[in-house]
Amino acid sequence: MLYVVIAFLFLAIVLYFLLGGADFGAGIIELFTSDKNKSRTRKTMYQAMGPIWEANHMWLIIAVVIMFVGFPFIYSQMCTYLHIPLLIMLLGITARGTAFSFRNYDAIKGENTQRIYNHVFVYSSFVTPLFLGIIAGSVISRQIDLHPTSFVTGYIFSWLNYFSVAVGLFTVALSGYLAAIYLIGEAEDDNDARRFIKKARVMNIIAVIFGGAVFLAAEIEHIRLAHWIFGNPVSLVAVIAATLSLITLWVLIYKGKRKIIRIFAGFQVTMILLAVGYMHWPYMVMVKGGQNLSLMALHAPPKTIDDLGWGLIIGSFLILPSLFYLYYSFQKKNEVV
Amino acid sequence: MNDFIAARSQMAISLGFHIIYSCIGMVMPLFMAVSHYKWIRTGDAVYKNVTQAWSKGVAIFFATGAVSGTILSFELGLLWPKFMEHAGPIFGMPFSLEGVAFFIEAIALGFFLYGWNRFNKWFHWFTGVIVGISGIASGILVVSANSWMNNPAGFDYVNGQYLNIDPIKAMFNGSWFSEALHMTLAAFSATGFAVAGIHALMIARQRNIRFHTQAFKIAIIFGAVAAILQPFSGDISAKNAAKNQPAKLAAMEAYYHTQSYSPLVIGGIPDTLNKKVKYGIEIPGLLSFLVNDNFKEPVKGLDTIPDQDEPPVMVTHLAFELMIAIGSAMMLLGIIYFIALWKKRSWLNKNWFLNLFILATPFGFIAVEAGWTVTEVGRQPWIIQGIMRTSAAVTPMPGIHYSFYLFTAIYFTLSIAVIFLLSRQIKMVPELYDVK
Ligand code: HDD
Ligand code: HEM
Ligand code: HEM
Repeated sequence: MLYVVIAFLFLAIVLYFLLGGADFGAGIIELFTSDKNKSRTRKTMYQAMGPIWEANHMWLIIAVVIMFVGFPFIYSQMCTYLHIPLLIMLLGITARGTAFSFRNYDAIKGENTQRIYNHVFVYSSFVTPLFLGIIAGSVISRQIDLHPTSFVTGYIFSWLNYFSVAVGLFTVALSGYLAAIYLIGEAEDDNDARRFIKKARVMNIIAVIFGGAVFLAAEIEHIRLAHWIFGNPVSLVAVIAATLSLITLWVLIYKGKRKIIRIFAGFQVTMILLAVGYMHWPYMVMVKGGQNLSLMALHAPPKTIDDLGWGLIIGSFLILPSLFYLYYSFQKKNEVV
Repeated sequence: MNDFIAARSQMAISLGFHIIYSCIGMVMPLFMAVSHYKWIRTGDAVYKNVTQAWSKGVAIFFATGAVSGTILSFELGLLWPKFMEHAGPIFGMPFSLEGVAFFIEAIALGFFLYGWNRFNKWFHWFTGVIVGISGIASGILVVSANSWMNNPAGFDYVNGQYLNIDPIKAMFNGSWFSEALHMTLAAFSATGFAVAGIHALMIARQRNIRFHTQAFKIAIIFGAVAAILQPFSGDISAKNAAKNQPAKLAAMEAYYHTQSYSPLVIGGIPDTLNKKVKYGIEIPGLLSFLVNDNFKEPVKGLDTIPDQDEPPVMVTHLAFELMIAIGSAMMLLGIIYFIALWKKRSWLNKNWFLNLFILATPFGFIAVEAGWTVTEVGRQPWIIQGIMRTSAAVTPMPGIHYSFYLFTAIYFTLSIAVIFLLSRQIKMVPELYDVK
């Protein structure tokens, strides 16, 4: 059962990166869209995201619940030493979620109020994945010190280092990229589609640059990232698969295939997460001094893991079909309309 | 402000905020389902308008409820890591099931809000019902987690170790039923009265009378039934507290000295130094009767509780009194409504009648906040009754008061924003909906 629970944890994290990421990305795209096109982008985005955005964010909750029920010690350590970035991420989620729905449901579409909602929305869409990435980076950067000597070493340098920040920026770029790819398929006319393709290209280039920055930062912080990724067959295959799917994706875009590409983009990001995840399996958190926190060792008692596993399995029978039906019906209907 | 107090205050303000949204999120979908049903059955456009107007409000509340809930699920770890480290595996089961319930709720809400004119009308109606059912299920599940903190079960506590953990037993601890029942009724009565009050105000102002009258009726029927049942369920809760948390019960009643024919004190301000209640009315034997079903048998007073285990009496008692006062008033209003409905139809349009319900708009939510204060403050100094002290659970990170100020500011801003948006919704009713 432990493996089932870990599989669900990984699934929830990956899906949150993909779906939540695309969601944040939409805000990032809006941030970098010229004023003249903003309202069109917003409209496309609203139609594409409106019905599903709440559901996309539930993956985070699932991941958190699995963590505190199944791996309580790891969860409590992360919450303690990554308190600050978690807090900022929460602020981002709050600001973004409320601004998104306020701007749609404000009965009077006043210019000033809408401007405020838009501002809050786009900036928080940027900050949230940045800190999500920072947290992800910190977890593997060996900067978390379980016996800190001062506030700064315990609660600040645990996450404020080149590597974590580089991962944060990389996450932002990936989110923007995912969103652009997704929106290409939702565009109402060719003009819009071309705009989103351009965005996707820019985001892709930025992501590559930040990806390089991640490796550079890893060197500076003495994290053997390159060795980890290129030193074991699974990660290596995952990286190659990601690269191939990236190439396929651009070929398909220029062939005018606009929906199928999102699968390749999703695959690509999943492969990146797999490459990174595999390399530090089974450690969830790598801490200073080398006593890493392992998912295989620091889990809840077996009875809890069993019950949690069954809960997740039964729950997914209820959730997954209805979720697919949700995505499917709003896709189909959008095409008809 | 020290970090411990800051953490407790932050937790309290976050929960106090979230609970309002979650009550509404639990109950409103069912109000909508009723009016939606009436629309499909009668074809009367007023019901469609009511459903759509409410659904806009629900969308605003849902988003706010969802983000504040997300904050909470992190805050448990951010503020109380030591608590979660030990309690997570034990009381986590309802939280994981709750995650499932929320998920279904969020999916169903997507269908419902965006599904107008897209789906078969009964399918669309049904998705609304699912939103309501999963909302209530999630409410019951979280409350079951909370009841475990009051009445821990499902593990053996040996030398500071938590052994033989059984999450299912923990979920169905001895207090889950009484708390879940009371909370669910509270959500119905609080939301019912609040919604009814707003529509009553609009009726009194002669705006879109037919629209507001139908809306008022649906809301108040739910609210009144729940309000009439509430004191009975409260009695079950109190008996349960007497059994499992005598210190909490004694603090609620500000009952210091154990005696037979234990008196119930109505009103009054506890004098914590001299251990007595000033200005209260004592009814001898009533407390014994309420707790033990006979007038004589003594109820355990605060003198049986070691000083270091005594909850804050002042806050607990006053909050309890407030809840009871409001509960009695709401029950009375509920009865008045049914008299009007069945015997005195003419009352329904009288100003005094509408004014009563306008006045009662915030009552339910005040009682909800008061009731949670009783539950949570009355449990102090324990975070897990009898097992772990709250002070042992708090995060070692310094500077929590900054995050307390920050969150206070956020919740304050969000509340203002929600009120602002809601008032705009109401203002726009005549323009948005074709109502005569
Ligand atoms: C509309 C709201 C409302 C109303 C009218 C009442 N309550 Fe209540 N009460 C709550 C809302 C609430 C609550 C906020 O929902 C609590 C907090 C925890 C819980 O499960 O319910 C609660 C808790 C609570 C507790 C503490 C349970 C515990 O900690 O174990 C007791 C003893 C009562 N209530 C008793 C009553 C009585 C005797 C009432 C009769 C008038 C009453 N309540 C009306
Ligand atoms: C499942 C639901 C709940 C859980 C798991 C929960 C958990 C907690 C925790 C961990 C604390 C901090 C420790 C403590 O001071 O006891 C706390 C305190 C508190 N909570 Fe709850 N709570 C729940 C529901 C609520 C709700 C809905 C309210 C609404 C008003 C509330 C009001 C408070 C208050 C006032 C405190 C501060 C008590 C004090 O510090 O004196 N709680 N709760
Ligand atoms: C410590 C306590 C609590 C935690 C950790 C918590 C967690 C959450 C989370 C994560 C969400 C967002 C889910 C979504 O997106 O739909 C949420 C929403 C919700 N919560 Fe809480 N919650 C707590 C207390 C409560 C209490 C005491 C109740 C009710 C009695 C409650 C009822 C709900 C409901 C009904 C929703 C759905 C939101 C809506 O419909 O507006 N929660 N909660």
